[in-house]
Amino acid sequence: MLLEVQHVTMRFGGLVALESVDLDVDRGEIVGLIGPNGAGKTTLFNVVNGVYAPSEGRILFRGEKISGLPAHQVARRGVARAHQVVRPLNELSVKENVVVGACFGREQLSLRAAGAVADEVLDLVRLAEKSDSLSSKLNVAQKKRLELARALASRPHLLLLDEVLAGLNPTEVTEMLDVIRSVRQGGVTVLMIEHLMHAVMSLSDRVVVLDYGRKIAQGTPEAVSSDPSVIAAYLGDPKIAAQFLAEGEETPDPAAPADNEAAEPALAAPGDRR
Amino acid sequence: MALPLARPSSAPAITLAPPDAGPRAAPQPRELPAWRRPFLWVLLALIVGIAAVPVIVGSAAMREEFFLILMLVIMATSINIIMGYTGYVSFGHVVFFGLGGYTAFFLMMKLQVHFVLAALVGGALAVLFAVVLGSAVLRLRGAYFALATIGVNEATRSVVMNVEPLGGATGMFFNYAIYGQYGGAKMALWLAYYAIVVVALAAVAASYFVRRSKFGLGLMAIREDQDTAQVLGISPARHKVAAFAVSALFPALSGAIFFFKNGVIEPGTAFHLLTSIEGLVMVMLGGVGTISGPIVGAVVYERLRAFLLTNPLFSALHLAIAGVLLLVIVLFVTAGVVGALRQRFALIRAYVE
Repeated sequence: MLLEVQHVTMRFGGLVALESVDLDVDRGEIVGLIGPNGAGKTTLFNVVNGVYAPSEGRILFRGEKISGLPAHQVARRGVARAHQVVRPLNELSVKENVVVGACFGREQLSLRAAGAVADEVLDLVRLAEKSDSLSSKLNVAQKKRLELARALASRPHLLLLDEVLAGLNPTEVTEMLDVIRSVRQGGVTVLMIEHLMHAVMSLSDRVVVLDYGRKIAQGTPEAVSSDPSVIAAYLGDPKIAAQFLAEGEETPDPAAPADNEAAEPALAAPGDRR
Repeated sequence: MALPLARPSSAPAITLAPPDAGPRAAPQPRELPAWRRPFLWVLLALIVGIAAVPVIVGSAAMREEFFLILMLVIMATSINIIMGYTGYVSFGHVVFFGLGGYTAFFLMMKLQVHFVLAALVGGALAVLFAVVLGSAVLRLRGAYFALATIGVNEATRSVVMNVEPLGGATGMFFNYAIYGQYGGAKMALWLAYYAIVVVALAAVAASYFVRRSKFGLGLMAIREDQDTAQVLGISPARHKVAAFAVSALFPALSGAIFFFKNGVIEPGTAFHLLTSIEGLVMVMLGGVGTISGPIVGAVVYERLRAFLLTNPLFSALHLAIAGVLLLVIVLFVTAGVVGALRQRFALIRAYVE
């Protein structure tokens, strides 16, 4: 196992954000993490990458206990993260942002080697021509890709993607899905939070569902989307669940269906029950 | 597009460029290693060239003026390392100037230690103090850090004023016989000048190499967003303390040299808060976060101050004018002189850092 989350509980004062969550991620997998807003998905990421130390339980990464380590120590062990709310280092150029990832991530590269890695990663996420712009000048979609590039540049074993597709238009989503697939083919394990159901269903090998801080289901996308408790908590309507699954099985074609595009915004956040 | 992103670390770093990456710009000047780029060498040669003028002309008045300017350059450049690169405004930075001065003065006067050795010990002590102090106060962010540094400076001054071996509130002064071992008082003044030139060159070189290094990139990442920097693998505590230590060294050396030349040291001048506030004005004036900005700022500020102080109309108002100047910079030219020029002219950007 690459990542083992064992009985992790996270309390903030009286609020229990995570309650005895267990989660295993195997090398090379893409695991989707879904659940309604406030279910504790981002908190779980924060616990895994060391922003918070769990109140109870422990986390093993490549067999080593990482819970309780500060975030920079976890990053150096090969866990990289793309944030839900993009956080570029504004007054640095796009390339410098990515160089930071390469310099201080798992491989601790020199500036020069990091520059070469940054160029490659920027090519991969198609930001090469923006390389010298200030990162604050990018638009939202570009900032999302920068966030991903910076994480990739650290050459992680495990990549935590927190809603990297949110706010992107359908073309951009398709591009991003291609990038994530090629990342996985490169041998990086991916744990992703995503509300865009057809993306989760088509990308993930396994899906884990959180609700009110508890893990309520896990399994293949098919199994999860037909699980009654998941439908009740998150997906809402069994017919819609079936529809997601059908869309997920189609190979997404960038040039194709206009009706699919039109339908997407409605499907983007099925779990917003507040 | 199958890219071996998590390849074993032994593999060469360049393997993953896709063959169809398309035309990428030819190697840019940016790719040169830091020490081979001309900017630093031109800048250092310029400082040496200008500093050599009083020596060649043999003018003591010019020497004293240049001494003062170089001292300001050292203070501004050092403050810029912690303020411009790291984003922590150190208001009480003069504490290191005073500490270095007092340490060296005490060693020279009471223990007859040679000036150079005394200055180095003063510098080392200031660095040690910065590490201990930084480990505590660099946890604070923004205004709280700035206030803490003022408090530390005021506290240090009070302590020094009450330590009898350091002369208490009246301070210490040399017996002029001390200058005998340097060839008399006149030679000692020249020695102090050469020393301040060397320290200024070292400070500028340090500022340059920090700015161009991986360490400096880490500092700038912390300046932009400390939490993100940490998630990217940067240890904020270690980086900030190291930056603070580097920025403490040069003012301490400069303090040791200044009070050696002065022959008198007292708490009021050694820990004068105004010195570090003027340092902040110079950094802001020249261009925060740039290498040449603090130098330009120090020179311009010193010239302006000299003009105002010698002008009967303005002599009482020079601090008020400095205050208005700071206000104007903060409101309208936030990037400072060098920063504004860099933003305006692409040509300058390639040559001025």
